[in-house]
Parts: sequence; structure tokens; C-alpha cells
Amino acid sequence: MSDASIDTVVQRGEGSFGDYFALMKPRVMSLVVFTAMVGLLVAPVSVHPFVGFCSVLFIAIGAGASGALNMWWDADIDVIMRRTSSRPIPAGKVAPDEALALGVALSGFAVVMLGLAANWAAAGLLAFTIFFYAVVYTMWLKRSTPQNIVIGGAAGAFPPMIGWVVATGSVSIEAILMFALIFVWTPPHFWALALFMKSDYDNAGVPMLTVTHGRRTTRRHIWAYTLLLAALAIGMGMTSIGGPFYLAVAVVLNAMFVLGAWKILRRDEADAETDGYAVEKSFFRLSLIYLFLHFGALWVEAILRSFGYGGWPA
Amino acid sequence: MNFPRQHDLHKRRMGRNFGVGIVLLGFVVIVFGLTVVKVTRGEPMQAFDHVSRPELTEPVN
Repeated sequence: MSDASIDTVVQRGEGSFGDYFALMKPRVMSLVVFTAMVGLLVAPVSVHPFVGFCSVLFIAIGAGASGALNMWWDADIDVIMRRTSSRPIPAGKVAPDEALALGVALSGFAVVMLGLAANWAAAGLLAFTIFFYAVVYTMWLKRSTPQNIVIGGAAGAFPPMIGWVVATGSVSIEAILMFALIFVWTPPHFWALALFMKSDYDNAGVPMLTVTHGRRTTRRHIWAYTLLLAALAIGMGMTSIGGPFYLAVAVVLNAMFVLGAWKILRRDEADAETDGYAVEKSFFRLSLIYLFLHFGALWVEAILRSFGYGGWPA
Repeated sequence: MNFPRQHDLHKRRMGRNFGVGIVLLGFVVIVFGLTVVKVTRGEPMQAFDHVSRPELTEPVN
């Protein structure tokens, strides 16, 4: 046996700690941590800081576990798509069975620990979120309908609602609005990505809207969802978790977002090819900042309220 | 066939074992911390235990 073959043998299934961590989609987890934390902090009931910290941690672990299950199921298409080919399973660093075991074990762990640390309503919602992402989205919708990310986006929208339930023990209109904000934001965010990741989804046979209904239709869908999102985001400013500061941030961000969507609508493929999809790429980058700043503004409102400012006069 | 004294495999295993150790230690700290918080906040810690406990029954008005 040569040294080269030794290296080949030990490479498979002998991933580093970082490879296992990468299974949990750390970038998605960062968004989950942030939105769940804001959901928890804007709630009208205060939570002990340590219980709050642990609850957000368990929500993040639950999200990471569903990410590992997603990578286990999607390993066959991840290897085809340029964007995902370096993930731990297609790269041969982690065996698929290990990803499955990690996903199942951490799912159970996160749900039980959240139930013990906070309450069982929040734990139930986390269990449903994991089920929704791993089974409803990954196993069922993703490969069967172009509405995959519209319905599947619900999985990413649950964390602020779970944060809210950790504090209050129940769901209310504010929690539903935070859910709706991420739910309606997801389609334009992913369709912009699909527009400039030209052949990736096509090659993998994933029925993205760009593949099934064409790019013209996708551009129109981005425009429609962006208008709906703007109305929702600005409307949230009038609720008990909003206030003048949030409203100002929402108006500016949504004006920029609607303008970006308008530019996408007005372009055709020839224009996009000419400048290397510059408008679509900048819309995608803006969409990331958009969500962080909206939830950041909600957080600022909560801080201002705790000092007797912020919010609307009663 | 001999593995070099410090093969890359050893480094990866070392890192992984170290990482798992840190995670387990973190879990112990979390469980301990949650226990302290829940006990000091005085959440209900008694339940029916086959013995009459008048302090657990609701006062009748």
C-alpha cells in the first residue's frame, strides 16, 4: 500500500471537527440565532438572561441539525452544483450515515433541552420546524415543485416565533408578523440567487422557477413578492413591537428593495449577460442586509422601550 | 506499512477529540447553570409523592 492510498483511505469518514460543524450550515445558523434572539427580546415578557441564552443556543442547534439532515438527503445533487460541491459529504470528508446520525441525535437533543430550559410549546414548535425543513422541504417539495422555496421558506421563518414563544409561552400577532416577514422575504432572495447561479439548479434537476417557468416569469415573481414584503415590513412598524425608529429603517430599506426589484423586472437576459448579472447580485446582497437590519431595528425599538422611549404613545 | 509519526490523520483526530471535549464541558456548564437559575427562582419543586402535602393544595375560599 502506497502513502497515496493510505491518504485516500483515511480521508473518507475522518473529517475534522470543523467538517462536522460545517454540516450544520453555520451561516444559516447565524441568521437563526439573530432572528430567534430578536423574537425573544422584543417579547413583552422578560426571560432570565441565562435561560434566554440557552434557549437561543438550542434553537440554533435544532436548525443546525436540520441542516445536517438536509445535507445527508441532498448529497447526490450537492455534488453536481458548483455552489454546494465543497460541502463535507460531496467532498468526501464526512460519510452520509454520520451526517444522518448527527442530524437525528442533535434534533432530539435540541428539542428536549429547549423543552426543559424554556417551555414545551417552544420545543414543539422547534420539532415542527426541523420536520418541516428536513421532510416537507428537503425530501418532498424541493425536487417536486417550483414553489419549493415559497413553502419551504416557512422553515427559516419559524425561529423568531420560537424565540417569542420561549418568552411568552404562546403565539400572538407580533410573532406571526415576524414569521411572515421572513416567509415573504425568502422567495425574492432565492430567486435572485437562481437568476445568476444560471445552470446550477438546472443541472441538478431541481425545479426552480427559473427552470420550470423561465427567467421572465421569475423576474415578475420577484417584483410581486417584493411589493407584498414592503407592505408587510412597513405595516409591522405600526404594531406593538414597531415604533418610529423601526418605521424609518423599514421605509428606507423597502424603498431600496423595491427599486432593486423594479430594475430586475425591467431587464432581460441580454442586459443581465452584458454586465454579468450585476443588478441581480446586488439585489441578493441587499436582501441579506435587509433582513438583518429589519430585525436589528426591532431590537433597537425594544431597547429604547426599556428606557422609556421607543414604540408608539399609548 | 508505517504511518509517519505525525500523520495528518492524527492531527484531525486530535482536533476532533478536543472539540468534542469542549462541547461536553459546555453541556455540563449549561445544565449546571440552568439548574441554578431554576432552583434560585423558586419554581415549583414539590409534587404528589404518596404522602399528603397540605401546602400543595389550593386554599378553598
